[in-house]
Amino acid sequence: MAASSSNGFRVIGTRPIRHDGVDKVTGRAKYGADYAFPGMLHGKVLRSPHPHANIKSIKIDKALALPGVKAIVTSADLPALPDKMEAAGEQAINLNHLSMNILARGKALYDGHPIAAVAATSPHIADEALRLIEVEYELLPPVMTVEDAMKPGATILLPSLRNKEDGPDKETNVAAHLQFKRGDVAEGFKQADYVIEREFKTAMVHQGYIEPHNAVGIYNADGHATIYCSTQGSFVVRALSAAVLGIAEGKIKVVPAEIGGGFGGKTTIYLEPLSVLLSQKTGHPVKLTMTRAEVLRATGPTSGSTIRCKMGATKDGKLVAAQCWLAYEAGAFPGSPVGAGAMTIVAPYNIPNILVDAYDVVVNRPKTAAYRAPGASNAAMASETVLDELAEKCGIDPLEMRLMNGSEEGTPQTVGPPFKRIGFKETVEAIKNSPHYKSKLTGANRGRGVASGFWFNVGLQSSATVNIHTDGTVSVVIGSVDIGGTRAAQAMIAAEVLGVDINDVRPTIADTDSIGHTDVTGGSRTCFATGWAVYEAAQDCVRQLKERAAKLWEKKPDEVVFENGMLSPAQPGGELKPMSIKQIASRLARTGGPIVGRATVNARGVGPAFATVCVDVEVDPDTGKTQILRATIAQDAGKAIHPSYVEGQMQGGMAQGLGWGLNEEYFYDDRGILRNTGLLDYRMPTCLDLPAIETAIVEVPTPGHPLGIRGVGEVSIVPPPAALANAIYHAVGVRMTELPMSPPRLLKAILKKRAAGEAQAAAAD
Amino acid sequence: MANKVIVEININGDPVELLCEPRQSLLEVLRDVLELTGSKEGCLTGDCGACTVVIDGRPVCSCLMLGVEAAGKNVATVEGLASGMSLHVLQQKFLEHASLQCGICTPGVLMSAKALLDRNPNPTEAEIRYALAGNLCRCTGYDKIVRAVTDAAAALAGRTHPAHGTVPSETASGMAGEMLAKGEAK
Repeated sequence: MAASSSNGFRVIGTRPIRHDGVDKVTGRAKYGADYAFPGMLHGKVLRSPHPHANIKSIKIDKALALPGVKAIVTSADLPALPDKMEAAGEQAINLNHLSMNILARGKALYDGHPIAAVAATSPHIADEALRLIEVEYELLPPVMTVEDAMKPGATILLPSLRNKEDGPDKETNVAAHLQFKRGDVAEGFKQADYVIEREFKTAMVHQGYIEPHNAVGIYNADGHATIYCSTQGSFVVRALSAAVLGIAEGKIKVVPAEIGGGFGGKTTIYLEPLSVLLSQKTGHPVKLTMTRAEVLRATGPTSGSTIRCKMGATKDGKLVAAQCWLAYEAGAFPGSPVGAGAMTIVAPYNIPNILVDAYDVVVNRPKTAAYRAPGASNAAMASETVLDELAEKCGIDPLEMRLMNGSEEGTPQTVGPPFKRIGFKETVEAIKNSPHYKSKLTGANRGRGVASGFWFNVGLQSSATVNIHTDGTVSVVIGSVDIGGTRAAQAMIAAEVLGVDINDVRPTIADTDSIGHTDVTGGSRTCFATGWAVYEAAQDCVRQLKERAAKLWEKKPDEVVFENGMLSPAQPGGELKPMSIKQIASRLARTGGPIVGRATVNARGVGPAFATVCVDVEVDPDTGKTQILRATIAQDAGKAIHPSYVEGQMQGGMAQGLGWGLNEEYFYDDRGILRNTGLLDYRMPTCLDLPAIETAIVEVPTPGHPLGIRGVGEVSIVPPPAALANAIYHAVGVRMTELPMSPPRLLKAILKKRAAGEAQAAAAD
Repeated sequence: MANKVIVEININGDPVELLCEPRQSLLEVLRDVLELTGSKEGCLTGDCGACTVVIDGRPVCSCLMLGVEAAGKNVATVEGLASGMSLHVLQQKFLEHASLQCGICTPGVLMSAKALLDRNPNPTEAEIRYALAGNLCRCTGYDKIVRAVTDAAAALAGRTHPAHGTVPSETASGMAGEMLAKGEAK
């Protein structure tokens, strides 16, 4: 039995079984699609089969006449909203665009864009009704790539879209241009002995959560609505649904169901307002769930991108300049993560001269949403492979190259202010010292690659309540949904502070009426910020417990000491015996009533995250297929509360990054129709594709956080594609600049290299 | 309108007589007719495995089979995996190894793993990975899943627990919050 862990903690750092575990291995846990209510209707969404079209008319009479059909809604049933930005967790959202993404208004902007929604007595009848809705489209040319969208004279997606640079009169598909600058890149490149410049393309990819989106809406005659759904942010669903529906926020209650994965993709709304609107029209609860094809066609994948990256180093390996140009597909509405791409692309390194230009570009693809360290993996694919080339030119080990140039405390960030204490170099050292990196890789067509990644992490707002029950057990109530085991971590933090057994703490995720505002489970913030709130709420309990003991002992609260779950008089000796929480909990009524600890945080001083990975691959030169032989990740967790779930985040992000690197891509045909709308063709890694993923947790505490926690959810996805590209180069000698590095692409590159070699040999003869 | 038909299926050891539409999949029948929502819908095309049930010893995607096709068959779902208060050793090992994050794939993975261990009690890592290749998990990278199945196989082989398919109830009872011997922090 693990009675205590290292460095002074009793509970933190151990690996207790998660509190919701039994429900989740027995099938009892209720996810959004598992909810059913008496009289419930089933909704379905009609979607545009065209990527770009004016909607001339929508006729619903025939569909409405189908027996069992109860209501049909279109954008005419939603209030028109002004073009207005509203903060929603990590991102700001234009409400008009958000509404137009729920139901198309005038124009269909991507294959799968919602046109109308039906409620019927069965999902099959709703499906039949969709086929009876008649929509007249006027087809427009689809604009599918950032290059086409940025061309002068390009077909315009959003007639009202403007950017600052081009002014108020010019129609454009470029929603924003951002620039980050330090030093003088022209001067910097003059100092360089080696300069590498490459252009990269990365494909649009999806989070690939296994649970499709779902929502049950119940609108009551008193004007109040309840939404049951699987979401990463119940308060975001409430705020955005209220805005789209024109209902006061306080009249909507969101009950977060268990959630079957999100990775950022469930931080916005799709079905939620439709379920309420259809319920309002029919008087029944209405449930909508997406099919997998709907998830892929019409939720929020992350951007495909074009990135140019030029970096220079002196011959002894010092990076002197970096210039990058990034254009990201936003999808049909502005808001790609290109800004984050720009701010992360060279962040791991201390480079005196940088110039980064970033463009947010609308295209006829689904509106992108957050995906685990949004924008950073694309960027790292570029910078981390260029860095590998520079290391090779300089004849320096790629990890040494990273250590020589690595960011540390005091290094200015791309956005300006210097880093506080960070653990980047520690992750590089951890890989250097790993059994994996120390092992020798032999064999034909085998190669090893390393890469690093950076992610900001966010703080934001969280609320927590900690109740001391009369039997001395504790309940922790939070508003952060549990997407990967955070209940356990939150309970552990309370158990640590209160000195009680982890078995005596029960964590609960509350609905939006039952806990204070809490931002999304995303941005690697939950353990950091909600954990901070739980820590403070538990401390609030400690304060109150001391007051109660003081009352019983007729002392002042500061004459009471609390340690390891025991209250004792500050001055030892005398008649007074130390009391446990259990003992005092049984006397709450006599000492002033229940004890409820509460805390809210708007967490500042978030600790940035770094990871470094190493992968070994074997490439089949005849097919272009890459087999991953071994994979290791080192990541700075600040302080790992539950190491198993920290490792889980590292392994899971790494697996997604490996899939992104090798196989995953949105494949649109030349008419702009998505052709791989199922999980056979949108090829995510299976159990058989991956090796064991070795982990090394690095702990460099975040300054200012009471427990030193650094978020761990995202950065693990950043380095893998670049590490794979580097490994592939060291295996077969080709530098890949396009993601995914799928067998056809890699084979083409191998054959091109072979042909060039043969031509050279022929010329030499 | 479709005419409903009466179907008899043996589910988790009990004979069940139910009324369903011929077009309803077995998954729909389990979830919507019988309210056994432990089997999950992830794709409806047999690619993700979240709906996996075991039918007469074989793992099957219940989304690819009609409910009427299951007539007369023995269908095992995740709801029948534990017996009473005793978790199946696979369930227990999944908890101990933190093999689930969001948990949506877990019921299907457990059923595929059960079918594997029932026919091959001592699988290699490659055999485990092959047997679970039809179950997509997007959270874990599979590492902790493979470890749990390996450990469960060892336990079933009698090296840890004597009873096939169950663990002693004292192990299962304090489940949430149980400290694990192997759980020392690094």
